Amino acid sequence: MTVVPPSLRDSSVVAWRNLLNIKRNPDWLLSGTVQPIMFVLLFAFVFGGSLGGGRYREFLIAGIFVQTVAFNSSFTVIGLTNDLQKGIVDRFRALPMSRVAVLLGRTSSDLAVSLLSVVIMSLCGLLIGWRLRGDPTDVLTGYLVLLLFSFAMSWVGAFIGLISRTVEVAQSAGLLWLFPVTFISSVFVSAESMPTPLRVFARWNPITVNADALRELFGNPIRVGMPPPSSWPAEHAVPYAVGSSLVIIAVFVPLSVARYRRVASR
Amino acid sequence: MTSATAISAESLVKNFGTNRALDGVEFSAREGRVLGLLGPNGAGKTTAVRILTTLLRPDAGSASVAGHDVLTEPHAVRRSIGLSGQYAAVDENLTGRENLYMVGRLYGMNRPDARRRAGELLDGFQLGEAGDRIAKGYSGGMRRRLDLAGALVARPPVVMLDEPTTGLDPRGRMDTWRLIAELVDDGTTVLLTTQYLEEADALADTIAVIDHGRVIANGTSNELKSLVGGERLELVVDEATELDTAAEVLAGIGSDTPRVDAQSRRLQVVVNDGSKSLIEAVRRLGDSGIEVHDVGLHRPTLDDAFLSLTGKPTEVSGNGGTTDVAEPEGAATAERAEWGGRQ
Ligand SMILES: Nc1ncnc2c1ncn2[C@@H]1O[C@H](COP(=O)(O)OP(=O)(O)O)[C@@H](O)[C@H]1O
Ligand SMILES: [Mg+2]
Repeated sequence: MTVVPPSLRDSSVVAWRNLLNIKRNPDWLLSGTVQPIMFVLLFAFVFGGSLGGGRYREFLIAGIFVQTVAFNSSFTVIGLTNDLQKGIVDRFRALPMSRVAVLLGRTSSDLAVSLLSVVIMSLCGLLIGWRLRGDPTDVLTGYLVLLLFSFAMSWVGAFIGLISRTVEVAQSAGLLWLFPVTFISSVFVSAESMPTPLRVFARWNPITVNADALRELFGNPIRVGMPPPSSWPAEHAVPYAVGSSLVIIAVFVPLSVARYRRVASR
Repeated sequence: MTSATAISAESLVKNFGTNRALDGVEFSAREGRVLGLLGPNGAGKTTAVRILTTLLRPDAGSASVAGHDVLTEPHAVRRSIGLSGQYAAVDENLTGRENLYMVGRLYGMNRPDARRRAGELLDGFQLGEAGDRIAKGYSGGMRRRLDLAGALVARPPVVMLDEPTTGLDPRGRMDTWRLIAELVDDGTTVLLTTQYLEEADALADTIAVIDHGRVIANGTSNELKSLVGGERLELVVDEATELDTAAEVLAGIGSDTPRVDAQSRRLQVVVNDGSKSLIEAVRRLGDSGIEVHDVGLHRPTLDDAFLSLTGKPTEVSGNGGTTDVAEPEGAATAERAEWGGRQ
């Protein structure tokens, strides 16, 4: 047998356990599959219809992907707070296992859920006329960029779950912050018409830039019926998207791990 | 040959806000023995267990388990312990087998070993049949057993069981007692918390009685019993109206304030002269025209000890006869608390 670092081995055991939980809990599976389908159809037809038809719809898809995986970070919040509340985390903490495994196992299994969401959304998108026009390497890179972003957002979710005093607080906090963050972006509309502070935020918002990066890599229109983006992040969408995800991970992994060490059962 | 100390807690203090959950708790257990932490709800038992299992840091004091300091070598402590917490931490969406397999893997066992051990434990805990069913459908007793099995997966030298029988029916409790006895036969050191006096009496080699975050007494079951002094005279009178007179008569014979249980018309008093006191009591009661039943002497139970030590009855009573009892004397309580400080 090859030597697997204990932290990775323990994380994979925890991820296995999480996935079994998700598989056997229909509510979860529903949020992971039906919600993305709803997002694609709602946004594509409600917004797409009034804002420019087929081309706009194609433009929208990448934004919906990014928004959906961002919202999937709330699964991390809920999963972790449930485990804390039910004493499962206590059982883990009294075991001689790696300290990061509970968190890394959770963010890994949530990455798998996001992957499922992305596959479903892609199929759904293809059905309504979205096409992947980039070359295969770029398309693959696009999906990897998206999953990296999903993983980064999941660590933010882990941190929110660990700092919340109650499960209820965690659940609403885990969702609430996502609304301003995903909507103050140019995922759906141009940031250029927003007031200056919002415009600056939207331009540098990783959500905006991840969507831009996906469009670039998928060969989808970057802007439809809007002025072309001219900010630095927009012009360096792929590296900025990857860089911002790495920064989020670099910040929230140590924060969450430090917090996890101190958190007592609630 | 004296065996080494497997569990020790020294002057543990833990505050939750302004609430002092532990106020200088001290106890120890030698290898292969059962230490019982006995105390009512809110005494601090769970807090002590959480500190010993590295889940909580004490504000002051120190503790070690299997020779490892809980603060400086928490990982080594975790390798040496198995924990079954007060509330069964069973993963409801996994089967019993998957629960135990997961714990085995997290103790570092390889896949085949973890699988084999899970099977052994399921059989040993009468969960063989239910082993492949999702734990959500398990009864309270089955969950408790599964949680207990989880503590034993890695055959740790020290096992901590926080109220392992609370919420179990009498049969479940007897089964658990048998399992704990088997553990001890294998040389495992067990720390067990309980609110049940009979449980501590039946299982523990040494008992630390905890109340309000302090150890108020510490010793073997027999030592605790002898704390309460001599034998007890117990009797039942015919009519409730005779209780007051009977209590007065017994006060003149016994060495403490008689305890009166109005409901069962039962009176109890500590006596120093055994059968002589008994005969004297029956004679004097007869003189007062009181008819007595069920008169007898018995050695003090742990229940009696607890009452004397804490000044109040426990929630769960061993002999069902301690409702509506009189307060023991304050002086005696203080003296016994003093005894508890040593050892
Ligand atoms: N996490 C906590 N936060 C605040 N107070 C706590 C916490 N855990 C325990 N306590 C308090 O500490 C005291 C001891 O509790 P505990 O150790 O659970 O007692 P026991 O297990 O003997 O019933 C109680 O007064 C309880 O309310
Ligand atoms: Mg408790």
